[in-house]
Amino acid sequence: MEYSEKVMEHFMNPKNVGEIKDADGVGTCGNPVCGDLMTFYIKIEPKTDDLNAARIVDIRFKTFGCAAAIAVASMASEMVKGKTLMDVKNLSRNEVAEELDGLPPVKMHCSNLGVQAIQEAVKDYLKKLGRDDLADQIRGCLESKESE
Amino acid sequence: MIYLDYNATAPADPEVIEAMKPYFNELYANPSSIHTPGQKAKQAVEHSRAILAQFLNTRVDEVYFTSGGTEADNLAIKGLAFSRNKRKKIIYSSIEHHAVMNTCKYMAKFGYEVIAVPVDKYGVVDLDFIRDKIDDNTLIVSIMHANNEVGTIEPIKEIAQIAHKYGAVFHTDAVQTVGKLRIDFKESGIDMLSLSGHKFYGPKGVGALIVKKGLRFDPLLHGGHQEKNHRAGTENVPGIVGLAKACELAQKEFPQEEKRLRQLRDKLWREIDSRIPEIQLNGHPETMLANTLNISVKYVEGESLILNLNAAGIYASTGSACSSGSLEPSYVLLAMGIPAEVAHSSLRFSLGRWTGQEDIDKVIEVLPGIVEKLRAMSPLYKK
Repeated sequence: MEYSEKVMEHFMNPKNVGEIKDADGVGTCGNPVCGDLMTFYIKIEPKTDDLNAARIVDIRFKTFGCAAAIAVASMASEMVKGKTLMDVKNLSRNEVAEELDGLPPVKMHCSNLGVQAIQEAVKDYLKKLGRDDLADQIRGCLESKESE
Repeated sequence: MIYLDYNATAPADPEVIEAMKPYFNELYANPSSIHTPGQKAKQAVEHSRAILAQFLNTRVDEVYFTSGGTEADNLAIKGLAFSRNKRKKIIYSSIEHHAVMNTCKYMAKFGYEVIAVPVDKYGVVDLDFIRDKIDDNTLIVSIMHANNEVGTIEPIKEIAQIAHKYGAVFHTDAVQTVGKLRIDFKESGIDMLSLSGHKFYGPKGVGALIVKKGLRFDPLLHGGHQEKNHRAGTENVPGIVGLAKACELAQKEFPQEEKRLRQLRDKLWREIDSRIPEIQLNGHPETMLANTLNISVKYVEGESLILNLNAAGIYASTGSACSSGSLEPSYVLLAMGIPAEVAHSSLRFSLGRWTGQEDIDKVIEVLPGIVEKLRAMSPLYKK
């Protein structure tokens, strides 16, 4: 198998699977037609629009997708837990892939999807606070929407 | 280990391996050599040819050994096209194996009009479409005998008749059926037939193209005079002997083995269908290979299913994009009108000679839990 042990470990026993009913932000990226879909639910404390102060205190996800997609979602959720929204804004797909000891080249889009879906949840949170201006500065899943 | 990927490849039968052994280092001479060992090797090749001919009811001089199914398909289509034939249209089905499909598409580069025939939701080719497109300019109609992914068996007799009405050649890729179904070449109306050894317990690296006597075609490989100038290169003697042995073994197990596999396959489908909600069968409910079961487990992606089964020691396959390295799922399932997200959820079990009752029972026991686990994390699944 072309997957690293870490990918297989997160794929077989993913962390933070589920939903948060009263989530502060929800973000979905991907499309089942393309074989990957991810939804992240986040809880934020303190509930401020200061990106350097607000932190992700809880995160859950649901994924329809291949082993890489599930492992990415699991790993990314672990990586951002306790982190500020600024950290999430600056998170790159390569960081997630590196934490997983690499992904096959054709699976790098899964890594993208994971990061983007979490960023999408952050955008959702900021929009609810009326800070669309801040939300617009975060990448989110625009790329995959355009390619649909 | 529970191997349920026989349509991908099958292990060589121990009897096949035994039959091949002497030809590696005892009877190793070149069949083109005129000395005694050379002639013994030649006899082995010709005896094998006779076994294939008898097995498929062809003439001995209609059998051309190749390196496998892919070469046989290439040889049929390109060989025919390159033999000074004036006809410039090629018809194939939209669910052909890549060996046929990509060969046909390649011929467009040489001025051929290539037409893909659509299939219905069961994967059966549209005969009216063929009737509509075929004409006196049609060189070849190439339609597989049975599909490797879903197991649907095509109405090749009728297709042969349509082709012959316009003087076109009918080729069939029978890689998935030789050894599984009885084939009578003479009676079937087939002009060219491709087969591969490793799909029915023969060795890899050997196959054959059967060509109706009198039909002209050019070689792909030029060189020596092997295979009556149609396939240069020293014969793969051990492979050819192994292929012939595989034919003999298949002949012996007709038709009981098909019946046994059908019972196992039907049980597998019945049981998982009753235990797992929202799954569907892909393929024809009746006109289908006895060993093949292709299903879609909705809301769950195929590679995730395969790797979870893999962890349980069960080896199957999927038509999900993730297995192919592209974003597109199986073109076969898409051609059947199956939505992409359902095609991504496909799972293929293909049974064979060493599949037993206990293997099937294990899948029935393990699969529902895997599906439940993956659905629990799927955003598409709403209980």
